[in-house]
Amino acid sequence: MLVLGGSEEEGVIKPYKKLVDVSVGDAHRGGMKPITFVRQVIAACIYPELLHDNTLPADVKERAWRLMRECEGGSVGSYTDVCGIPYVKSSVSDFITRRDGGVPASPENIIMSSGSQTALMFVLNLLVDGEGPAQTGVVIPIPTYDLFAMAMEELGAEMVPYYLCEEEGWALRVEELRSAVRAGRLHCHPRALYVINPSNPTGNVQSRKIIEEVIRFVAEEKLFLMADEVYQDTVQGGGTDFVSYKRVLFEMGPPYSENVQLASFHSVSKGFMGECGLRGGYVELVNVDPAFMEKACTWLSAGAGSAVIGQIALNIMVDPPRPGDPSYTMYSQEVKFKKDTLSCNVRRVQEVLQDIPGFTCQAVGGGIYAFPRLHLPQRAVQRAKELGLEADLLYCTRLLEEEGVCLEPGSSLGQKEGTHHIRLCLMTSTKTLEVLLKRLQRFHLRFLKEFS
Amino acid sequence: MFSFREAWSVTLRGLCGILHSAARQRPLRTPAMPVPAPLSLSFGRAPWWLSATRRSISYKMSENGVASRRGKVLTVDTMNPRIKRVEYAVRGPIVQRAVQIEKELKEGAKKPFTEVIKANIGDAHAMGQQPITFFRQVMALCAYPELLNSSQFPEDAKNRAQTILQSCGGGSIGAYSTSQGIESVRQDVARYIEKRDNGIPSNPDNIYLSTGASDAIVTTLKLLVCGEGMSRTGVMIPIPQYPLYSAALAELGAVQVDYYLNEEQCWSLDVSELRRSLEAARKRCNPRVLCIINPGNPTGQVQSRECIEEVIKFAAEERLFLMADEVYQDNVYADGCQFHSFKKVLFEMGPQYSDTLELVCYHSTSKCYMGECGFRGGYMEVINMDAEVKAQLTKLVSVRLCPPVPGQIMMDLVVNHPQPGDPSHSTFIKEKSATLNTLAERARLTEEILNTVPGIQCNPVQGAMYSFPRITIPERAVQKAKEKGQAPDMFYCMNLLEETGICVVPGSGFGQTEGTYHFRITILPPTEKLKILLNKLKEFHLRFTQQYS
Repeated sequence: MLVLGGSEEEGVIKPYKKLVDVSVGDAHRGGMKPITFVRQVIAACIYPELLHDNTLPADVKERAWRLMRECEGGSVGSYTDVCGIPYVKSSVSDFITRRDGGVPASPENIIMSSGSQTALMFVLNLLVDGEGPAQTGVVIPIPTYDLFAMAMEELGAEMVPYYLCEEEGWALRVEELRSAVRAGRLHCHPRALYVINPSNPTGNVQSRKIIEEVIRFVAEEKLFLMADEVYQDTVQGGGTDFVSYKRVLFEMGPPYSENVQLASFHSVSKGFMGECGLRGGYVELVNVDPAFMEKACTWLSAGAGSAVIGQIALNIMVDPPRPGDPSYTMYSQEVKFKKDTLSCNVRRVQEVLQDIPGFTCQAVGGGIYAFPRLHLPQRAVQRAKELGLEADLLYCTRLLEEEGVCLEPGSSLGQKEGTHHIRLCLMTSTKTLEVLLKRLQRFHLRFLKEFS
Repeated sequence: MFSFREAWSVTLRGLCGILHSAARQRPLRTPAMPVPAPLSLSFGRAPWWLSATRRSISYKMSENGVASRRGKVLTVDTMNPRIKRVEYAVRGPIVQRAVQIEKELKEGAKKPFTEVIKANIGDAHAMGQQPITFFRQVMALCAYPELLNSSQFPEDAKNRAQTILQSCGGGSIGAYSTSQGIESVRQDVARYIEKRDNGIPSNPDNIYLSTGASDAIVTTLKLLVCGEGMSRTGVMIPIPQYPLYSAALAELGAVQVDYYLNEEQCWSLDVSELRRSLEAARKRCNPRVLCIINPGNPTGQVQSRECIEEVIKFAAEERLFLMADEVYQDNVYADGCQFHSFKKVLFEMGPQYSDTLELVCYHSTSKCYMGECGFRGGYMEVINMDAEVKAQLTKLVSVRLCPPVPGQIMMDLVVNHPQPGDPSHSTFIKEKSATLNTLAERARLTEEILNTVPGIQCNPVQGAMYSFPRITIPERAVQKAKEKGQAPDMFYCMNLLEETGICVVPGSGFGQTEGTYHFRITILPPTEKLKILLNKLKEFHLRFTQQYS
């Protein structure tokens, strides 16, 4: 019996028993467990009878009580303020200040959203205008987060792509940005630059130096900076540390710190909470006028605000148990386990793939994916063409059919012409990864043989 | 057989092929979304800027590219002009002032009242309504499955939670669901609809779970709005309306086509008025959509079956796409009134209509007897939607990944609640009835008290959660309002707020016949408080009338 994400296909005989789906960045689907403290607080907020429950730790009850007090009528079923529960926004701005070594943040500039995707679309929608040569263009990396590209299509923004440099570990090169924008100006009005740091899918983590260069670039070119930083907690040790765009911007001082406009996005979906289904995220807007915020929030008000449970999860992410709290030990153990699992998976993928012909893999400095390059025989590329497919899509389709492994083809995310990649999510149990790698290797060698 | 994202990648390219070759003339069935250029990121094709054809076209460099180097990129002047036009009265300036007053009270300011009562927004829990115990128990169990070992939860809640968790990825509500919504939830929704509609079949594939009904409504409008100038999509909405509609139409740049509900006939919908509105609209746009809110917001009217049949006939005749907002379907109070779903009536009218009329119906977890606004649960059922447009819809919802899973679960509980014989059944029925009875009582009370005020006329509140009384404003007050640049009923409501702390929404935020004034007040405050509130309002009105005579 084949089991696929809840639905079942009966009577189909497959050479595998269970599907392995690492095509999306979904930790829980990949077998990772939620953080206990998060779920305890959420449960108590939903069903306040639990506040009398002796099995729940005191800090859980305290947090739940605190959060419910901030909800209208003390219920998580009420609407919240349009931009989010003020207490949650304060906790977010405190977090940002702590994270950025004291660089100030204000709850006034924070908007809670149902997932970072909603916030990304919110900002995009504010930016788009014009038609033809005046149509808003957004400068986006290749490869990119594909849903952002789709959102651009939906909202009518022109794509102005710039290539990340695979040979240099998928580095962002400002010369690339420059030539992209120059070319973009011929057919649209580029107004924003979208960066993902740490990167999805490449795993590249930008150094402070690069970030400064990007900031100088957007200042010169008058671009609004959209910094998707949802993977900021997943940086691997021993490499480049994560530093936020906001921090670098402020530490560069005027004129940059006063003029460059920045939107920074974060979410509970990635990182070690992995709570994709709860839809919790926020955007911090930097250097936007209060009059603009007011207009933006008026528009937002018609949408009834973001999911309360998501806001609760986000509050816990930015204000987790501290040393000395009853839940701290378990909390930090659970986070450590996930960090270690991710690191282990990053190493393991590299280890295994580097010994298989037909794969090259850049180092993964951060993020939750590996994005190895496939070196496919020309006959495979030809066959794909005949079928009207990209070669990596053919590869992934066959891999799914024959081995029950679901990956994302690089062609969905963008890549240089003539290259092929696959993306695997690494937020999964080590056991699942082993099964995956075994099946992948088996399939890959067979595939190479078939088309050589 | 693919993961939802894999299906997307494949479908997208296939779909683009279909769209490019389609040259349909039938206006209702053409996918109305701008045809997206296939993602030109790679796909083996040369990036567009390397194409010789492109290079040979010289574009005049956009002046904007140079001129706006000074100043910020994103300001009130440079933001999306459509979004700038959006207003939403329910949370508008009067509410902002109410929040400010609350702050002032907290800081010790002396006022003729001690608290602000927010009777502006349809938020039942905020006004003290209690959630349904079973729903919260199941949700808590789903959130923290360890509780399945606890003795404080009834067996049916535990079983339910286990069933739900089995349909979540990795057994967790923290996994993404498919974009259309968890399949077992959609199946439950379909069963609920069938049961509600005397067995008329409902297909789970036609159900799309959403982030509240608002999300589904805006998504539908996105599919429908297209064209330019005279052929720009017109959308017919009732006046008075729920201002989400006008906000969405402003954002999408659609033409708002007003049809007036008949206040003298208890806010009834007359097809003659629909016809008048449509014919006038055809002179300036392409009206393609008819929006109905039943039971009505803000008016509370519950449409009779005959009325619904007439609307369906009209929509069929005039080839209009029908959007039926039915989020208040359990909130029916008046004797002689009954909720009839548009779908049920459509199908009972026979294949002449049910085979062809395009209809979308909306429901939500925010209203009725559960009032779970914060969970953002909702769904739409699409009926007779063109297959290619439906594929576009599926693609559109996938851009947002998925609706919040807790909201999907809440929707599941609403449509599949405890049945006779279940341990939780009697408590459930008790709670549901108590809430609905209380609302009915308050609906009656509101109408009664307001109608004792000379200068206030209140239609019966047949359903929903609001009263929309008409107020007579003395001419001098109208003048004063004009001087202040305010709509007269906004002026009235602001004064009401400042003098009594009662926050209601002026009728101008919902639309009304020229020269008439109204306000919308919710019937949600606890009954004793509501009595006090309404009497304070009465006193204010008399005072105000006297002051400006």
